[in-house]
Amino acid sequence: MVLTINGVRHEVSVDPDIDLLTVLRDNLGLTGSKYGCGEGVCGACTVLINGNTSRSCITPVNSAVGKEVTTIEGLEKNGKLHAVQEAFMAIDGFQCSYCASGMIMSAVALLRSNPSPSEEAIVKAMNGNICRCGTYPYLVKAIQLASKS
Amino acid sequence: MENPDHLSHPFEPTKNELPPESTLHFSLDRRKFLKLTGGGLMVVFVLQDIFSVEGKNLFPGSSPVPVSGVGAWIHIGEDGIVTVYTGKVEVGQNIRTSLSQMVAEELMVPLSSVTMIMGDTDLVPYDRGTFGSLTTPQMGLQLRKAAATAREALVEMAAKLWNTQASGLKAEQGMILHTTANKKIGYGELTKGQQLLMPVADKVRLIEAKDWKVAGKTIPRVNERTFITGKHQYVSDMKLPGMLYGKVLRAPSYGSTLLQADVTKASKMPGVIVVKDGNFIGVVAPDARTSGKALQAIDAKWEESKGQPSNDNIFNYLLKNAPGAREERNSDNSKGDFEKGLTEAEFKHSKTYNIHYIAHVPLEPRAAVAQWVDGKLTVWTGTQRPFGVQQELADIFKLNKEKVRVIVPDTGSGYGGKHTGEAAIEAARLAKESKKPVKIVWSREEEFVWAYFRPGGVIEVNAAVKKDGSITAWKFSNYNSGGSGLETQYKVSNQQIAHLPSNTPLRQGSYRGLATTANVFARECHMTDLARLIKMDPLAFRLMNLEDDRFIAVLQTAARAFGWQGSKISGQGFGIAGGFEKGGYVGCCAEVMINSDKEVKVVRITQAFDCGAIIHPNHLENQVMGSIIQGLGGALFERVEFANGKILNSGLSAYRVPRFSDIPKIEIILIDRKDMPSAGAGEASIIGIAPAIRNAIVDATGIALNGLPMLPNGVLA
Repeated sequence: MVLTINGVRHEVSVDPDIDLLTVLRDNLGLTGSKYGCGEGVCGACTVLINGNTSRSCITPVNSAVGKEVTTIEGLEKNGKLHAVQEAFMAIDGFQCSYCASGMIMSAVALLRSNPSPSEEAIVKAMNGNICRCGTYPYLVKAIQLASKS
Repeated sequence: MENPDHLSHPFEPTKNELPPESTLHFSLDRRKFLKLTGGGLMVVFVLQDIFSVEGKNLFPGSSPVPVSGVGAWIHIGEDGIVTVYTGKVEVGQNIRTSLSQMVAEELMVPLSSVTMIMGDTDLVPYDRGTFGSLTTPQMGLQLRKAAATAREALVEMAAKLWNTQASGLKAEQGMILHTTANKKIGYGELTKGQQLLMPVADKVRLIEAKDWKVAGKTIPRVNERTFITGKHQYVSDMKLPGMLYGKVLRAPSYGSTLLQADVTKASKMPGVIVVKDGNFIGVVAPDARTSGKALQAIDAKWEESKGQPSNDNIFNYLLKNAPGAREERNSDNSKGDFEKGLTEAEFKHSKTYNIHYIAHVPLEPRAAVAQWVDGKLTVWTGTQRPFGVQQELADIFKLNKEKVRVIVPDTGSGYGGKHTGEAAIEAARLAKESKKPVKIVWSREEEFVWAYFRPGGVIEVNAAVKKDGSITAWKFSNYNSGGSGLETQYKVSNQQIAHLPSNTPLRQGSYRGLATTANVFARECHMTDLARLIKMDPLAFRLMNLEDDRFIAVLQTAARAFGWQGSKISGQGFGIAGGFEKGGYVGCCAEVMINSDKEVKVVRITQAFDCGAIIHPNHLENQVMGSIIQGLGGALFERVEFANGKILNSGLSAYRVPRFSDIPKIEIILIDRKDMPSAGAGEASIIGIAPAIRNAIVDATGIALNGLPMLPNGVLA
């Protein structure tokens, strides 16, 4: 089957119902997206499919065929960070950072649909992403900063 | 091979946690680092008592010195690159940054020239592990001394080179300057062509915190870009050529015995190898899905152990199974005559506090990649104790420790939950049999069930207080949850304090602050209850019974910023709590609102924190924030549900952890005590939140909750 990841076509031969996360990580070497819960409730595996957030750990790979998949690796363009990444860099709010990719992808999707979200809207949109280190207030700040750029 | 389930509790949550001393000797390690680093200047930190025993001729000779006496070493290369070797590991505390800052400060080099080599048993000196808030006060100090020793040595070398007095020279930006002669030379050039090895001068002059220029400041995190681009390789991201994916067969419940297992079907699957060794059955396959399928194809029959306790009877169980008579007390913690003290005061208050088991839930589950090459085992794994895991592997595979290398890349958190090497052992076992590198990544369910928990426990407190606020009797008995933070800092004339270990049915171990979260909860709830009994303000009651200025300061600072004396409306409650642990002082105020449906909302938290001289203000605040938020989970709703040897909420959909929507308004005030040694921050900062919330609830409603978590359903019963 053919997948389009970060604008690049990849031919993979895998079971059609295998989860997208495993294909990204093990078959394509895109390990920025993380495994955290395996049931789509922690957000560490978040990728964008046609611009919408998707929990890749519970997304069958064949459902991504013919669609644009964006992962954390696809945000940086020609060595230049995405504005959301720049904001997260500036705030420096993560601790272990294992949740970072998922947080950033969720934030990118939020700001695409709502460029100036209220704090309430940020909390609502990000509530499916867990940071076990408990850095949430800094992540809210980073998203607010990104929304201004 | 041992099933973790059958191990006795490997890490008592108190002093017993410390692993045995290393038997390796320094002469061996000396060869190790000389081989590694080539020319240049090497400064080694060796504990002072070793000097006094061995004398200063230690280094030229080969006197055997325990490796545990060597804490860290710093190398300055001919290129001027400073490399710091430490056994500490980065699990999100941001010590890669703070330790670099401390070295750069003392060595007077730009931060960018410092590289930290951490947690690699082949490259770094022995270290007991990254726990107990020891990195900043111990490793930080060792590295500062090593860096300062190197700086002074470089000045001496330059003085000799220029045939001048050292006092006329100064170090700056990686160079020695002779300002009056207008000369300068880089550190690398100074050490060129030499192989110098020197011990740390323990009495070396350190730069005082008030004069810090690099330490004490917020600077960008080291390697931050690799994390926000997804490029950092956690162990679970690693892939070696030819690597296979491993899975381990788990028992249906704790204490199960494997009766028989038919692995024929799994063994016949293409590319699959099954390893069976006693109770251990593991599989490897060229991809994760195949190994999962192979595992499912195994037909195993188990005999389960019946009659194990559950949440419903756990507290009685822990009380009943505490060895020795109920009244047997540890006399070390006793003073005065408790019974007499009880009769001396007008008011008595006795209460039992029940603490449920909770899980660490590091977002990166246990993971390991193991590889055997020519009889040497190398394992990459996320652990807080690389040398502990090296020892575990050496024991299990009957190898000399030099034949085992454990490497810990920066890891997806631990919180005290990654002291052990389960995944490392499993991956190594499977790699040995399959003769290929093997990766094991635990599922979330495995992490919940087969790691270990913060202990549950029962804490009985009985106290007496006079109308004037003096505490005449204090009896504090902790069953099973642990001894850390057991002692009260309040003035008490007669006391009996004891920790009584019990026979825990769940595997338990370290956690942030260890047992201090539980002990401070019980103590601080009880203190507020005593204040209420004598109708005294809970803050005033604490202050009149405290002598430690720093404790007093954090309580007062938090209360002032919070508006402790402010007026309240119906349903609104204010609570205060404080504590001291591992060099850190915390004062915490909480505001709650309770509506007519008895739903409790934590509205805001104000916390003051003092852990001495601050190394990195933003990262310190971040640690305190993280502790408050993680502490909120244990305070309100986190609880491991179990029955009959099974964990019933072993997924993140069932075990609730704090999310964005759970976070109240949080204000943090950091007290920068430049006159005090820097201490750790990741533990003491978690202990105030639970009792502060509980005390706010009793303030609003008169309902005195006595268990953790307090509100699993968000509503007062």
